[in-house]
Parts: sequence; structure tokens; C-alpha cells
Amino acid sequence: MPNGVGAHADAHGHGHAHHPALQHHFETLEQQHEASTLGMWVFLVTEVMFFGGLLMAYLLYRVWYPEAWSEGSLELDILLGGFNTVVLIGSSLTMALAVRSAQTGMHKATVRWLILTIILGLTFLVVKAFEYEHKWALNHIPGPNFQFEGPHARQVEIFLSLYFGLTGLHALHMVVGVSILGVITWMAHKKRFSPEWSTPVELSGLYWHFVDIVWIFLFPLLYLVDRAGQGGG
Amino acid sequence: MTTTVLPRVTYINVKHGVASWLLTKDHKRIGIMYMIVVSFAFLLGGLFAAGVRIELTTPQGDFVSSDTYNRLFTMHGIFMVFFVLVPVVPAILGNFVMPLMIGAKDVAFPKLNLMSWYVFVIGFCFTLYALVSGGVDTGWTFYTPYSSNASNTNVLPVGIGIFITGFSSILTGLNFMVTIHRMRAPGLTWFRLPLFVWAIYATSLVMILATPVIAITVGMMALERALGFGIFDPRLGGDPVLFQHLFWFYSHPAVYIMILPPMGIISEVIACFSRKNVFGYSFVAFSSLAIAIFGFLVWAHHLFVAGISPYSAMVFSFLSFAVAIPSAVKVFNWTATLYQGAIWWKAPMMWVFGFMGLFLIGGLTGIFLASLGLDIHLHDTYFVVAHFHYIMVGGAIMGFFAGLHFWWPKMTGRMFSDSMATLAALLVFVGFNLTFFPQFILGYLGMPRRYHAYSEEFQVLNVLSSAGASILGVGYALIASYLLYSLFRGAPAGANPWLATGLEWTTQSPPLPENFAVQPVVNEGAYEYSKREIKVA
Repeated sequence: MPNGVGAHADAHGHGHAHHPALQHHFETLEQQHEASTLGMWVFLVTEVMFFGGLLMAYLLYRVWYPEAWSEGSLELDILLGGFNTVVLIGSSLTMALAVRSAQTGMHKATVRWLILTIILGLTFLVVKAFEYEHKWALNHIPGPNFQFEGPHARQVEIFLSLYFGLTGLHALHMVVGVSILGVITWMAHKKRFSPEWSTPVELSGLYWHFVDIVWIFLFPLLYLVDRAGQGGG
Repeated sequence: MTTTVLPRVTYINVKHGVASWLLTKDHKRIGIMYMIVVSFAFLLGGLFAAGVRIELTTPQGDFVSSDTYNRLFTMHGIFMVFFVLVPVVPAILGNFVMPLMIGAKDVAFPKLNLMSWYVFVIGFCFTLYALVSGGVDTGWTFYTPYSSNASNTNVLPVGIGIFITGFSSILTGLNFMVTIHRMRAPGLTWFRLPLFVWAIYATSLVMILATPVIAITVGMMALERALGFGIFDPRLGGDPVLFQHLFWFYSHPAVYIMILPPMGIISEVIACFSRKNVFGYSFVAFSSLAIAIFGFLVWAHHLFVAGISPYSAMVFSFLSFAVAIPSAVKVFNWTATLYQGAIWWKAPMMWVFGFMGLFLIGGLTGIFLASLGLDIHLHDTYFVVAHFHYIMVGGAIMGFFAGLHFWWPKMTGRMFSDSMATLAALLVFVGFNLTFFPQFILGYLGMPRRYHAYSEEFQVLNVLSSAGASILGVGYALIASYLLYSLFRGAPAGANPWLATGLEWTTQSPPLPENFAVQPVVNEGAYEYSKREIKVA
């Protein structure tokens, strides 16, 4: 099996050269790539189930308390939420371009697109922090100090519990994603990736797109419950 | 086994020192490290059970206070379920033998495998902390609002512990699934796989799909308890029954995480000690997948008296009956495997016979509990306690010991005393039945679970049960003693002491660090015993 830069003699004496990224328990880079990709997809399935528990609670209470869902949703800032949606979709584009650049061996472009993705991710988190801060100022954080004026205040507290649960979990995934991209950017800067091996970039891309898709679901579920003003349910 | 000697280089002696174990990426060493932690958890859980059984020898609550009693059965349940039954077969034996069985050098993600162990230990430490800071009294089920508002014990660290431990299970399942897909030896097609590997695959499926749900559910409960979020809080209009749905969406499939891998072990051992191909291989293989899938559709049978709609109760009752079909397929096929086999009366086979008898009773009493009318009478009585102990101890733990005795020579390179092991199997079987069969009667007569005092008329049966528990304890202590003795003084086992098929028996015992000297190639099915000569010692 011919290899690119960095190939070295096989330590096990099989007589063919190994790519430096090939771990000892795999036979070929292809097998390693397939295993890693399958592992990432399986991990994303577990993530779907993880968010699924919270979404189940969301679904039940939305059916039970449509008015509270409407009142609670109108408290959220649709402009900031919409802005963040655009930011995240944009970051998925830059991420896809980073993966493409890594696969075609364009080191500088890979680094550039990855940095742009990180910036967009951080923008999302900063905007989210302002939204949380606003809720804090209004005492809209569920718990002993919760205050809300309205006919369904108690059920709105459930809505906001789920809002913080879902967006908090999503933001946590964003923080993890940005950290991973930081490491990947550094690896790309060190020219670790090549057309024959860019698995880490691809896997972080899969993860990043997943976190993006979660937001694509969360935005309408939380911000757009009753914007047309037609009454819930 | 006359002149065999231990091999020179093995996974055990290739490196020395504690650090070489704590930093290892070898699936075999990681399996052994799980065994150490799980054994400790089993000892703790057993001690709590002893406390429960001592209290229940008299009708009055005189040995411990009712608060202490609540803590005893809760901590027994938490340690035994999350730190023994869930990891016992997949994390110990699955880690050790599954990669060997498929002819791989390691699991697909060795670093992740080590990380899973650390995650497991961190979760275990949180739970230990909760224990030493006074224990928890909610029951292992953490029903809200006991757990979120009512209990004034240290629920939060246990919740965090179980949340964290869940990720160990998820990552192990992920690792095994990818390993089975991508790391099989040349020629090892899906229908040549040993049935233990099929069982581990089905288990991984359940781990991956169910465990995240318990993690998020315990997470929601913890948010409610720590920050006052109100997701299950009835004061806000929240629904505690939602917690029960989400909890059992994991915890019922978790029963299959506990029982599927031991079922795989039974298939391996029964073929070897009957010297026959497993009857209806593909039926046994697919019944594992069927159990894994059906297992997701039955959770609400735990909620028949929680106020769910009678129509959904009927559906869940029917689906719960349906799980009996693939389980029965397995039992019938094992029995058919024995038929006209050359039965070899060795210790691992004794554990298999124990498993088959006890699992049968456990499974059939499950049908009683899945029946809507009968469940109203039996719900939350000792009948339920007896039923699930027949599945979990009689099934899962007996199955684990069948596998441990079967693979012990492979893991350690040494034999144990066959007569002592047979005696232990007998003690555990007798002790187990004496402990739990009276509980079926107690439950049928109406003794509720989770109370530390009871009516005088139940005393005779309770004393029998406690007496059985002491025999059970002696049985387990006996296993520990002869296995530890074998570790130092056992006769060298040689590569294949049971003359078994399967790739794990083609390498030396204990195996090389990289498992095989040359990459194995497979050209036949898993149980070609008919092609092997029988040398019954």
C-alpha cells in the first residue's frame, strides 16, 4: 500500500509502510476511517436519544398546556433567536467548506474555514449569554425566585424549565464543539491532514452539523409557538 | 493437562506496575480492572442485602430503624443494578473475550475503552460518597417527588453518579458495536459469529438507545432538586408519572442489558459441554435482536397501577407477553442442544443448568406480572421482588459465573478446582431457591416490599428466606476463595482446556498482549464440535 508524506517502515515487519496516523490494531487506514465514522454516527444516535428525553417532556406539556406555551414563547426574543439561527446555519457552511478543504489538501483554507466556524460558534454563545442575562434580570429563571405575571404562570415555569434545559444542553454541546474545533484547527495548522487522512476534520464536522440541526429544531419549538397569534392547541 | 506450562509472554506479565494497568489500552486488562471494581460493588451490595435479610427475620422492626432500612434496600439496589448487573458481563467478559472471539487485536477504540472505565469509576466514587454521607432512601427507582422534593438524604451525588456511569455504558456499547461491525477476522461472516457476540451486539444496541434517556431523566430530576426547576413538579402542573415513563424507558430495556449477555454465555457453554452445534443457530441469534427490540416496547408494564389509560395498559400487557416468545425460543433451543449431546459434567455446565432452571421460573412469573388483573394484586409485593431476583441473580449472575468459569482458564492461564466449583454451583442454586422461592408465596399472600416490619404470619417464610440468603453468601464466598487460590496455585490450563471451538481458544492462555501471533482466518461456523474428537477427562 503506497503512502504519502511521513510513511515509515512497519514496526511489525509485515513488509509494507504504515501511515503515521494508523493505529496498531487496525490493518488499513480505510478500516480505521470506516470504524471512526461509524462510531461517530452511533454517538450521534445516542445524542438524539439524550435530547429525546427532554423533547418528550416538552411534547407532553405542550399538548397539556398550550396557552402557557404560547405565553412563555412570546417572552423569548425572536430577533436574537433568529439571528443565532442564521449564525449557526452559516457556521455549518463554513464547517462543510473546512472539511472539503481538508479532503483536497488545502491546508491554509482548512485553517481559515475552521477559524471562521469557531468565530461563528462563539458569536452564538455570546448572544445566548445575553438572552440568559435578560431572563435573569426579569426573574424568569425557574426556581424559588421565579416571578411571572400571567394567567398560567405556573405552567410557564415548566416551559421555561424546558427552555433552559434544552438550550442549556445545546449550549453545552456548542462549548464542547468549539473546544474540539480548537484542537482540530491546531492540527490543521500543523499540516496533519491530507487527502488520504482527514478523518478528525470529517468527524468534528458531523458533530458540528448535528449540534446545528438540534438548534434548527429548538428554534421553532421554543421561539415560534404562537407568533401568528392564533391561540395555541 | 499433564505437562502444560504457563506461556512466557502474556498480557499480564508484558508490563509491570500499577501505572501499566491504569494507563493500559489492552481490552483484556481493562476487563480485569472492571472485574475488580464490580466485585467490590457486589460485596457492598451483598452486605446491604444481608442487612435487609437480618431485619426481616423478625416481624418487628428491631435490627435497624425504618429510615436505615430504607437506605439499606436503596443502596443494595443502586449498587447491584448500576454497578454490578449492567456492567458485569459486557464490561468484564465482553471486554475480555469478545475481541478474541472475532479475531481482533483490540476493540475499535482502545482509548475510549479505557476512558469508559475511568468514567465508571468516577460515577462509582460519587455513589460511594453518597453512601458515606448517609446513604439515600428513595429506592433505586428515584421516583419523583420522593427524589426531587421529599427525601432529605443525599440524592444529588447518587444522581450525578448514575448520570456519569451511564456514559460508561453508552461508550462501551458504541465501542462494541463498531468493533463487531469493523474488526472481524477474514472469513468471519455474521452467521459464523459465536452467539455470545450476537448477544453482545444486541446488548450494545440497547445500551446505545436506552442509556441516554436515563441520563437525561436523572439530569432533569437533579435540576429539579438542585435548582428548583419544575419538570415533574405537581405543584406547577408537572407530571411525576412522566418521570416513571422515562425512567422505565431505560430501566426495562436495562433488564435486557443484564440478561442478553448471560444468554450468549449459555449458548457458548452449552455447545461446548454437549459437544454439539447449538440447535437452530440463526433462531438463537435473531432472538437476541428480537428481545432487544421488543424490550423497548414494554416499559409501561411497570405503571399498571400508576393511573395510565386502560387501553395503553392492554397494549403494553400484550407486548410484554410477546417478549416471552424470543426468550422461550432460546430456552427450547438450548434444551434441544442438550438432546443427544455428549454431556460433559464440568463446573461451567453446572452453572448453565442452574441458569436454565432459575431463568425459566423467573420468565414464567414475568408472565404473571404482565397480566393486567393479576398485576394489581401482585404489584409492589414480594412476588415482584422474587420474580426479578430470579431473572437477575438466577439468570444474569448464574450466567456470569458460567462464563467466568468457562473463560477463567483463558483469562488467568490456570485451572480451578472442578469439585469446589461444582459444590459452589450447588450451594448457590440451593441457597438461591431457599431465599427467593418463599418470597413468591409471601408476595402472593400480600406481603408488600420495602417495609421493615410485617405481620407475624409471614415470619416462617421470611426466616426460610434469610436462611437461604446465608447459604447463598457461603456459596459466593466459596467461589471467591477457590478462584483466588487458582490464581496463584492453579495448574496451568493450556490453550484449550475444554477442547472448545472459537478463536479465543486458538491463542495461548493467558493470551499475548496483541491476542494472536498471526491473524486468524475463519472458514467454518462457530460450533463445529462434530469435527472434533471428544476427550472427556
